[in-house]
Amino acid sequence: MPAVQETIDRVRSIDVDQYKYGFVTEIESDKAPKGLNEDVIRFISEKKGEPEWMLEWRLEAYRRWLTMAEPTWARVSYPQIEFNELYYYSAPKNTPGPKSLDEVDPELLATYEKLGIPLREQEILAGVEPKNRVAVDAVFDSVSVVTTFKEELKKAGVIFCSISEALREHPELVRKYLGSVVPVSDNFYATLNSAVFSDGSFVYVPEGVRCPMELSTYFRINEQNTGQFERTLIIAEKGAYVSYLEGCTAPQRDENQLHAAVVELIAHDDAEIKYSTVQNWYPGDKNGKGGIYNFVTKRGDCRGRNSKISWTQVETGSAITWKYPSCILRGDNSRGEFYSIAVSNGHQQIDSGTKMIHLGKNTSSRIISKGISAGKSENTYRGLVSAHRKATNARNFTQCDSLLIGQDCGAHTVPYMESKNSTAVFEHEATTSKISDDQMFYCQQRGLSEEEAVALIVNGFVKDVIQQLPMEFAVEAQKLISISLEGSVG
Amino acid sequence: MLEIKNLHAHVGDDETEILRGVNLTVKPGEVHAIMGPNGSGKSTLSYILAGKDDYEVTEGDILFNGESMLEMEPDERAAAGLFLAFQYPIEIPGVATMTFLKTALNAQRKARGEDELSTPAFMKQVKEKAAELNITMDMLKRPLNVGFSGGEKKRSEILQMSLLEPKLCVMDETDSGLDIDALKIVAEGVNRLRSPDRAMVVITHYQRLLDHIVPDVVHVLSRGKIVKTGGKELALELEKNGYADYVGQAA
Repeated sequence: MPAVQETIDRVRSIDVDQYKYGFVTEIESDKAPKGLNEDVIRFISEKKGEPEWMLEWRLEAYRRWLTMAEPTWARVSYPQIEFNELYYYSAPKNTPGPKSLDEVDPELLATYEKLGIPLREQEILAGVEPKNRVAVDAVFDSVSVVTTFKEELKKAGVIFCSISEALREHPELVRKYLGSVVPVSDNFYATLNSAVFSDGSFVYVPEGVRCPMELSTYFRINEQNTGQFERTLIIAEKGAYVSYLEGCTAPQRDENQLHAAVVELIAHDDAEIKYSTVQNWYPGDKNGKGGIYNFVTKRGDCRGRNSKISWTQVETGSAITWKYPSCILRGDNSRGEFYSIAVSNGHQQIDSGTKMIHLGKNTSSRIISKGISAGKSENTYRGLVSAHRKATNARNFTQCDSLLIGQDCGAHTVPYMESKNSTAVFEHEATTSKISDDQMFYCQQRGLSEEEAVALIVNGFVKDVIQQLPMEFAVEAQKLISISLEGSVG
Repeated sequence: MLEIKNLHAHVGDDETEILRGVNLTVKPGEVHAIMGPNGSGKSTLSYILAGKDDYEVTEGDILFNGESMLEMEPDERAAAGLFLAFQYPIEIPGVATMTFLKTALNAQRKARGEDELSTPAFMKQVKEKAAELNITMDMLKRPLNVGFSGGEKKRSEILQMSLLEPKLCVMDETDSGLDIDALKIVAEGVNRLRSPDRAMVVITHYQRLLDHIVPDVVHVLSRGKIVKTGGKELALELEKNGYADYVGQAA
C-alpha cells in the first residue's frame, strides 16, 4: 500500500489525538501501593477523575466487603488468596512487554498460528511494546476500521465507550443503572469489584434502535488495559437490539492472577441483548501451577415486557472458573437463554452454570450446557431455575451434557429447581458420555489422526451451542476447542 | 497387494489365540471371500488389518504393497489405501455425514501430501456417488449413522468407500441387516468399484452376498486358520453342507 498523503495525515492526526488525551504518558507512572484500604480506593477514583458519588459508592462497597467472607460452596479448591498482597491499581504499561515477536514464547506463537491470527494482532495480544509494532500502513488500516465503526454507531445514536469515559460523559446514565442488577452487596467478589473496578465497557442503545453491528471488545482500543477488575454495563432501551462480543480466542498474556469482573445487562420492554463470550485466559502449566482465577458475576435483567437476554459462552481458559451468567425474568413474557461450552483440560477447575429467576408471567428460559473434561480437570455445572409465586406459566428447559476424555477427569451436574407456582413447567435433561474407543477407531480408520478425531467428535458434541455464536466467532471457537484439547488423548 | 504371513493374534489381556497362523495373499484386481462359522476369527482379522487397539499380533506379519503394516496407526493405514467397511458402523452425534466425508477425505489427502479438495469439487463427487447408492442429500445432512436404518448405514459405508477410493477394501459382514433390495444396491456399489488395481476382501457368513459380489477366491476360516481355499463354487458347497466338515479340521 503506497503511503499517500492522506494516509500520512491520518496517521499523524491519530498520534496527535493520543497525545492530546495523554493516556499513555499519564498512566505510565501510576501504581497504587500494595494492598487495599480506603486510601487506595480514593486514589483509584481520583486517578479516573470520577464524580464524588462514585467515590462514595466505591467506599460503601469496600466497607461492605470487609464484613463479607469468601464463598466456599463451589467445587473448586485453591490456596487462600491474600487480598492485601495484591495491587488494585496498576497500569499494565509499567511492565515492559517483549521488544518483538522474537522474544515471545514460541508455544504461544504456534497457537496464534493455528488460530490464523494476523501478525499485527499477534503482536498486540502477546503484549509487544507498541512502539515496536510493525508497519504504519497496517496500523492505519486497523485504526480506519475503528474510526468508521465509531462513526456508524454515532449515526445510530449508540453509545459505546469505556466505563470511565461514560462516567465522565454520561454520569446520569451510569448512576441510574450501575449496581441495579448486581447490587453492591451481592457477593464477595462482586462487592470487591464494586470497590476497585478498573475499567470495562459501557453500551447504551436508545429506544427502537437496532445496533447496526456486533459490538466487539476488539474495537475498543483500551481493551488491553482494563485490568483485573472489569466492569461492564449494557442498557437496551425499549425495542432496542444489541449483540455484544466479549473476549478473544487468542490466549491472553496477563500477569494478574485474580480476575473478578461484573457484567450487568438491562433490557427494557421489547428489547433484546445477546452477549457472547470467548474466554481463553492462561490455565496454568502442565503441573497446575499458575493460571488465572476467574471469579465473575454476570447478570441480565429482563426488566421490560417481552424482553430477551441471551448468554452464550465458550470457556476454555483460566485455572479456576467461577461464573454463573444469569437472567432475572422480571417483565411479563420475557425470555432468558444460556448456551455454554466449558472445556477443561490439565488441572483446570470449572464451577459454572446459570440462574434463571422467573418473576413475571409467561416467562420462559432455556439452558443448554456442554461440559467437556479432559486431563486431570474437574468440570461442574451448577444451575438454579426458580419460579416466584406470581410467575404464572413459567417455562424452563434445561439440557446438561458432559463429555469425558480420559480416566482422570471429573464431570458433575448440580441442578437446583425451586417453584412456588403450580403452573410452572421445568424440564431437565442430563447426560454424561465418553468418547468411546470405537468412535476413535472408526474415525481413524477413515484417515483422521487421533487429534482430528477428538476435535471432530467434540465439535459434534458442542454443535447446538456453537450455532448460537455469531458466524465469525463460531469458526474461531471450534478451532479453539480443538486446540484446548490437544494432547488430551494417547 | 496384501500378504498375511503366519498371523497369530489375541485380543486384550485374554491370552487365548484367536488367529492361529493365518496365511493369505491377495493380488490387485482380485476379490477374495472369507467365510466361516461364528467365532472363527473373521471380524478379528478385519480389525487387525485396520489396526484396532487391543488387538495384538504375537507372531507373523501383514505386508501391504510389500511393507509391514504392523507398526502403522489406523489412520496411516487408511491413508496408505486400506478401507474397512464396518459390520456395525459407529454413531458420531452432531457431526453431519457430509462434514464427516469431507473431513475424512481431506485428512487422507493431507497425509498423502495432496491438496485439500475444494468444496465445489467435493460436492460434485459426493452428489454423483450418493445418487448411485440411492442416498439423498437430506440423509447426508443427518449426523453420521445416528438413527440410520441398517440399510442406510451400509450404504453410507459404501459411499465412504467409493469417495476415499482405497486400494484395498475389507468388508466385514456387509450383508448383515440388509433386505434383498438394499443388498442389491450395496452389491452394485461394490461391483462398480472393482478394478484391476484394487483388491477386495469380503468377509461374510452367508453365501447370498456372493451371488451379487462374485469372488475370484473363497477361503474358509475356522478356529483362527484358513482350512480350505477354492473357487466361487466353494461358497455354494458351504451353503449346502454347512461348516460342519471344516470345524473339526483346524483343531
